[in-house]
Amino acid sequence: MTELSVGAGPVGPIVSPVLAPRRRFMLLRRLLAHRSFQIGAILVLALTIAAVFAPLITGIDPSAMKVRFRFRPPSEAFPFGTDNFGRDILTRVLYGGRVSLWIGLVVAALSGVCGAAIGVIAAQFRALDAPLMRLMDALMSFPAILLALGITAALGPRMESVIIALTVAYVPAGARIVRASALVVRELDYVQAARIAGASDVRIMFRHILPNSVGPLLVHMTFVFAYSILAEAALSFLGVGVQPPTPSWGNIIAEGRDYATEAWWVMLFPGLGISIAALGLNLLGDGLRDVLDPRLKGAG
Amino acid sequence: MTPAPLVSIDDLTVQFRTDRGWTTAVEGVSFDIGEGDCLGVVGESGSGKSVTALSMLRLHARGTSRFASGVVRYAGKDLLRAPEGDLRAIRGRDIAMVFQDPMSSLNPVLTICDQISETLRLHQGMSRAAARGRAIELLDLVRIADAARRVDEYPHRLSGGMRQRVMIAIAIACRPRLLIADEPTTALDVTIQAQILELLRDLRAELGMAVMLISHDLGVIAEFAKRVIVMYAGRVVEDAPVDVLFRRPVHPYTEGLMASMPSLEGDAAKLYSIPGRIPDPDEAIAGCRFGPRCAHAEPICRAAMPELVAIEENHRVRCAPRSRPGGAG
Amino acid sequence: MAANALVEVRDLDMAFATGRAGGKPMMQQVLHKVSFEIGKGETLGLVGESGSGKSTAGRILVGLYQPTGGSVRLFGRDITGPDRRSNLAAVRARLQFVFQDPHAALNPRMRVGESIAEPIDIAGGRSRRDRSDRVRELLEMVGLPRDSAERFPHEFSGGQRQRIVIARALALQPGFIVCDEPVSALDVSMQAQIVNLLMDLQAKFGLSYLFIAHDLAVVRAIAHRVAVLYAGSIVEVAPKAEIYAQPQHPYTRALLDAVPRADPFRVRGPVITGEVPSLMAPPPGCRFHTRCPSAMGRCSVDVPRLRETLPGRRTSCHLYEPASSMELSDHVEH
Repeated sequence: MTELSVGAGPVGPIVSPVLAPRRRFMLLRRLLAHRSFQIGAILVLALTIAAVFAPLITGIDPSAMKVRFRFRPPSEAFPFGTDNFGRDILTRVLYGGRVSLWIGLVVAALSGVCGAAIGVIAAQFRALDAPLMRLMDALMSFPAILLALGITAALGPRMESVIIALTVAYVPAGARIVRASALVVRELDYVQAARIAGASDVRIMFRHILPNSVGPLLVHMTFVFAYSILAEAALSFLGVGVQPPTPSWGNIIAEGRDYATEAWWVMLFPGLGISIAALGLNLLGDGLRDVLDPRLKGAG
Repeated sequence: MTPAPLVSIDDLTVQFRTDRGWTTAVEGVSFDIGEGDCLGVVGESGSGKSVTALSMLRLHARGTSRFASGVVRYAGKDLLRAPEGDLRAIRGRDIAMVFQDPMSSLNPVLTICDQISETLRLHQGMSRAAARGRAIELLDLVRIADAARRVDEYPHRLSGGMRQRVMIAIAIACRPRLLIADEPTTALDVTIQAQILELLRDLRAELGMAVMLISHDLGVIAEFAKRVIVMYAGRVVEDAPVDVLFRRPVHPYTEGLMASMPSLEGDAAKLYSIPGRIPDPDEAIAGCRFGPRCAHAEPICRAAMPELVAIEENHRVRCAPRSRPGGAG
Repeated sequence: MAANALVEVRDLDMAFATGRAGGKPMMQQVLHKVSFEIGKGETLGLVGESGSGKSTAGRILVGLYQPTGGSVRLFGRDITGPDRRSNLAAVRARLQFVFQDPHAALNPRMRVGESIAEPIDIAGGRSRRDRSDRVRELLEMVGLPRDSAERFPHEFSGGQRQRIVIARALALQPGFIVCDEPVSALDVSMQAQIVNLLMDLQAKFGLSYLFIAHDLAVVRAIAHRVAVLYAGSIVEVAPKAEIYAQPQHPYTRALLDAVPRADPFRVRGPVITGEVPSLMAPPPGCRFHTRCPSAMGRCSVDVPRLRETLPGRRTSCHLYEPASSMELSDHVEH
């Protein structure tokens, strides 16, 4: 007969099961095995690496003007061609990637953190719920681009303004998502158990409610990352985003608009960058969503 | 000569796809249900009782489940391999099913009348008016008071017990030959449970249908079934008439289960509990899956999975030591 | 009333507002004049079906809800009166709760050791070393391997999780634990293990339990006395042996009769009809009279009082009202 471990416990003989060997990092493994996630991760990683190692990939200064070589189509010397100032598009796209991806990342992170805080507080304190959510509703009723336009116009067109503007635009959605989860979580037994033990509101919010409400938020943040890149491009296109000569994908496209027919490559490559980034992030988000949501309920 | 059974399940093995490949949920399940039989299937979680029931109507999701072996014979067809059209004609009409959770089994945006009528109009081609009339009759049959008014209500206005009665009404609407009830009273109060079981008993007598009642509660099985199948970890371990099973259980698991049941009579001493726990479906155990927990296990139990053997007429057991000639406990 | 009762509940009322009808909030009277006591080392089984209010009663006892009437004294302190906050804070360490659903009772993102240690954390004052020692001690007490502390709840089965919940409940050496259907979600063989564990712990540590359940058979194993709740009112309280052998209240009888037995030859009485009444518009008089096989004219008019019918037994039913009976409720005749 297979023996389970039998011990003399303090309250009598106990047949205690030997636990199954741990399969660690189940979630991570599932994530890495998910097709969409894999593709998305590869795309995003490729772009990130290219952006980070831009100086090593091309030795060229993105602002270096070589008027002699203006409007060269893609060639061996200039893989992505040159613009009207003779600047190498490949270099500008890579450096522009740094800006755009950075903006996307910061906006996603900041709006996620702020949204989570607001959502959890709204769910925990009834009295604050209505005012906070009405504020969020008010913000959401502005189209994100208009809101961002207004803020950047007020603060002056710079990268920091873009970040602030987009963060403000995307916080309400995150807050709503977290609030919805938090409302469910706060009724669960383990939260009641903490309350019975005398846990303070702060403790309950940060140890119990927040960690269990952020699943949907994480998925949302990957999409916010993608939207931000697109929104930044739009803002730069409109002239209120990152100002040249600092390249961003949006302002490269904006500058190339005037020469669209002669030098199509100026708009194409940053556009490709934006598309690939958005696609990769969407796939990442899809994978995250699939792995986090229904599986979690089936675990254990 | 015994008449041919209504449904015959032979060596059914069902597997599900998980992260770790295919896991076997039930294996080698074989039993018959005759016309008008009253069968109880008892087992704890992981026993495979629900999986077996769902397999009988081939209700498992196609991509993540497969029938590794076995046949489910009904009316000359193999339900596991018949075309979907055949199965659709049988579901709800010849073989019907009632599920456990009355709170989620009814569509909240349709009235009771709509939901009962659906099956009538589908299988019997009734007109709307005729179906409504029949729906009211059915509500009467399942003892819902004020049927003519209730029929137009939405599920959320009904209590759990009433919803379960509606589920039963839908199930018997086309006078099925077999009603499968999967833990129909588990989510209900004890007094309501008694009412529903009485209703099922009476309906069985009135309509002459066979009933397969699945439950984890031995008491429910004892009071309802005429024949009992005990399942453990995906296998049938004992199959006997109800009086024989409760008077002289043979399989050690059956004995253990009965001993762990807290009773309302007799000595209220410490409860007996079977040591250990139910194995996961993908846990590899040599031989009999109850072996590790069995106080009477012998080396032969680890050597191979025991066969389901008839130790007396109508009494089968899957236990090597106990099915030896002269070895029955 | 025992002089040293650990838990004293008197005339507990609880009403919840559910929606509005015509401008006024509709009230659901979930508990009505509920009274009972629990002594040290004793288990009171609180039995009832849905709508009985048993879970609500349990939660009031650990301070999760404020009752709308009546009083609750724990360890001599009133946790419902004017000093309730400070009183509750004073006795909190001695109170605990075991939940029904082992899957919802543990934070899936916290390691088991952290969950068990949380009450200790909140109470404060122990070093990290002390805490992990205590966690290991508790795990052993409930029969789980010591290395469980590092794992997450999803790595355990339902029965094992319930043990973890019990370990957490024992962390601060409580005197009184409310167990709300602790075994209802478990398999039969696991139920027995957990019930035995609870009884062993009671014997060893002198714990008192309020054991809330709908399963009369499980209650019989663990309880010393049993209180039966119907639609928010206590209908009968008696020592275990007596209530099972000679139930007085018609509802108790119906309840006992309805429980299925593992005996195919049992002859049972007629099945009780009807359902639990709506708590927003309960029937007049005795709430059970609409389903009671012994209902008399008086039952639809007067609400019966919980009276002592035999030594140590209280029943609330007009059938048991001899002329001279001891009134146990203090409040004035209404």
